Amino acid sequence: MGTRLIHWIQAAWRAVRRLSGDDGYERYLAHHAAAHPDIPALPRKAWFAHQQQQKWSGIKRCC
Amino acid sequence: MKTNLSSLLIWLAVALLGAAAIGGIALNRGESINALWFITAALCVYAIAYRFYAAWIAATVLSIDATRATPAERLNNGRDYMPTNRWVVFGHHFAAIAGPGPLIGPTLAAQFGYLPGTLWILVGAVLGGCVQDMVTLFFSTRRDGRSLGQMARDELGSIGGVAALIATFLIMVILIAVLGLVVVNAMKHSPWATSTVAATIPIAMLVGLYMYRLRPGRVLEGSALGVILLLLAVAGGGWIDQQAGLRELFDHPGLPLAFAVIGYGFAAAILPVWLLLAPRDYLSTFMKLGTMILLALAIVWLRPDIKMPALTQFVDGSGPIFGGELFPFVFITIACGAISGFHSLIASGTTPKLLANERDIPMIGYGGMALESFVAIMAMIAATVLDPGVYFAINSPAGVVGKTAAEAVATISAWGFPVTVEQMNLLARQMGETTLFARTGGAPSLAVGMASIFGSAFGEHLLALWYHFAIMFEALFILTTLDAGTRVGRFMLQDLLGNVWKPMGQTSWYPSVLFSSAVVVSAWGYFLYIGVIDPNGGVNILWPLFGISNQILAAIALCVATGILVKSGRLKYAWITALPLTWLIVITSTATWQKVTSDDPRIGFLAAANSLSDKLATGVLSPDKAAVAPQLIFNQQLDAVLAVFFAALLWLIVIDMLRVCARHLRGKPVPPLSEAPHYPTRLEEAWARD
Repeated sequence: MGTRLIHWIQAAWRAVRRLSGDDGYERYLAHHAAAHPDIPALPRKAWFAHQQQQKWSGIKRCC
Repeated sequence: MKTNLSSLLIWLAVALLGAAAIGGIALNRGESINALWFITAALCVYAIAYRFYAAWIAATVLSIDATRATPAERLNNGRDYMPTNRWVVFGHHFAAIAGPGPLIGPTLAAQFGYLPGTLWILVGAVLGGCVQDMVTLFFSTRRDGRSLGQMARDELGSIGGVAALIATFLIMVILIAVLGLVVVNAMKHSPWATSTVAATIPIAMLVGLYMYRLRPGRVLEGSALGVILLLLAVAGGGWIDQQAGLRELFDHPGLPLAFAVIGYGFAAAILPVWLLLAPRDYLSTFMKLGTMILLALAIVWLRPDIKMPALTQFVDGSGPIFGGELFPFVFITIACGAISGFHSLIASGTTPKLLANERDIPMIGYGGMALESFVAIMAMIAATVLDPGVYFAINSPAGVVGKTAAEAVATISAWGFPVTVEQMNLLARQMGETTLFARTGGAPSLAVGMASIFGSAFGEHLLALWYHFAIMFEALFILTTLDAGTRVGRFMLQDLLGNVWKPMGQTSWYPSVLFSSAVVVSAWGYFLYIGVIDPNGGVNILWPLFGISNQILAAIALCVATGILVKSGRLKYAWITALPLTWLIVITSTATWQKVTSDDPRIGFLAAANSLSDKLATGVLSPDKAAVAPQLIFNQQLDAVLAVFFAALLWLIVIDMLRVCARHLRGKPVPPLSEAPHYPTRLEEAWARD
């Protein structure tokens, strides 16, 4: 029962992190390691700045 | 066979329940009706439409192909193109499409009674808005995530592309102006609201610094910090309101507040995104989702009675909040929540680049819009649980019901909606405001409605806090839309100017940034300024113009979709988009015609201009009204030109679409389908492991 609850909370926390983009850098690192293993990945801060710039360069919010 | 029978029985039960709820809402006369019926009707309608109509469109009309690789898979770059879990895409898509529109439109349209707006929100969404979002998402997914403008150019020709571009730019200008006006009217002479809204700016910057400098990319930590600070700011605003020396600092009439919003818009558009826009967007998204869930729970928990009648006498066009008859103006006033053209800009370009599989399209496109429509139903409930007298006292401009409180209650009570000065004063005191008369724009009345629902559910003594929480929450995402919209307008303008003079097209070249931001801000700032100085409240002019432009953008998206359906040999199914398109053409053309030619100065732009000119010439205006009259006259004429321009744009693209379809059907050459070639997906095994 206890472990089940912990599993459930962990899954919910992962979902929240995923939805909010909190785990974005980890996902980027995973993608980068798989796709371009020869190029060093961006550090966390540079990645975040780049990602924000990218996100807000088109129509992202509506009425 | 057994499962078929039980599923048949379940869906039959849903259909009967939905029919009973709608019948109850529609046929109820004289007795009060419970808000739960609205929720029941809405959920049953969405469930049936999603299960049958959306599924049929997906399988038969669009032939969604789960084995086909999406652009996210084929063009995966780990940034904008990225296969993403469908619930995550749904969350992003919904957060992007649901703004303040579905909250404000139903609040204003409640002047006709609860019935017309509610029926339009339900029918418009399942037959119009959801279909538009879903087919646009599908066609953009099949075209590498191309934008609506690009699809219009590729599929119909350059006329369609240019029309979509111009419509998008203009709708942005009108939208930002009207939203700015809503915020200004909510802050007018309210130190509590003004100080809270002002505090959201440094709070967002603090969160921005946290996420960018202190703990880069820790979105949840930063947002949690921001939400706590925002709640403190709501309480702090109440404290400021009590301090004799401090409250004057935040007690302003409309005009200085409008200039503050304009100045803010300019600053926000040129600041780096990480400092203000991005952090505030995280905050507003969390606030929006949290408040919507809370509101839904409170309505179900409390089951409030609807006090507004099903229909009011204002269906004849004499409404105090905006002039115009039920047809076509209820369909113009409620755009977001029923069908919103702006969504087609999100459904093309952004969301399709994240789809892992085509079979997620009904859930995200159709389902996302159904959820937004549900938000509109909740806004309708929040507006109609108020005493109608109170609702009209808050939302009617002083120019219509009279300047003093005594005049206003006399006018409104004479309409058959009894309300007293004492009642309004008590309500204002409970909400921590000096007055609630003539707080036009929809936000204050929605906040009173939400506060009374939350107050009854979670504690009466917190009414003032709930009210200002609701104002802060609305202002938060209005400012996000204002900022994001100005930025998009700036990019579009830079793109355009880059064709004339190359350096202007560089989005990071500072002189170009400053110049194009200033142009965009002046464009919406002008309409905001006029809206504030207009004694009839400005919303009466700006909201219908926004509704018309938004519906015209929807019509453009449906034109593109209809054209593609016909060109791809699906003529017999083209009615799924042609039907809502025809309806939009009818309502926007009728509304434009009336807004331009009506003799009633409360409806017709030109009639209003002429009536004001006559008054100015005969000298019956007070000196302060005479001073602004020439600007108002010019603005009404400009609005008439703008409305005609919108309608012309619509007809141009409709005729262009019909021309392309006719040529195709007669076997003549048309622009070829720009669908990307079929590659089988390789993601299935990856998903199975995930």
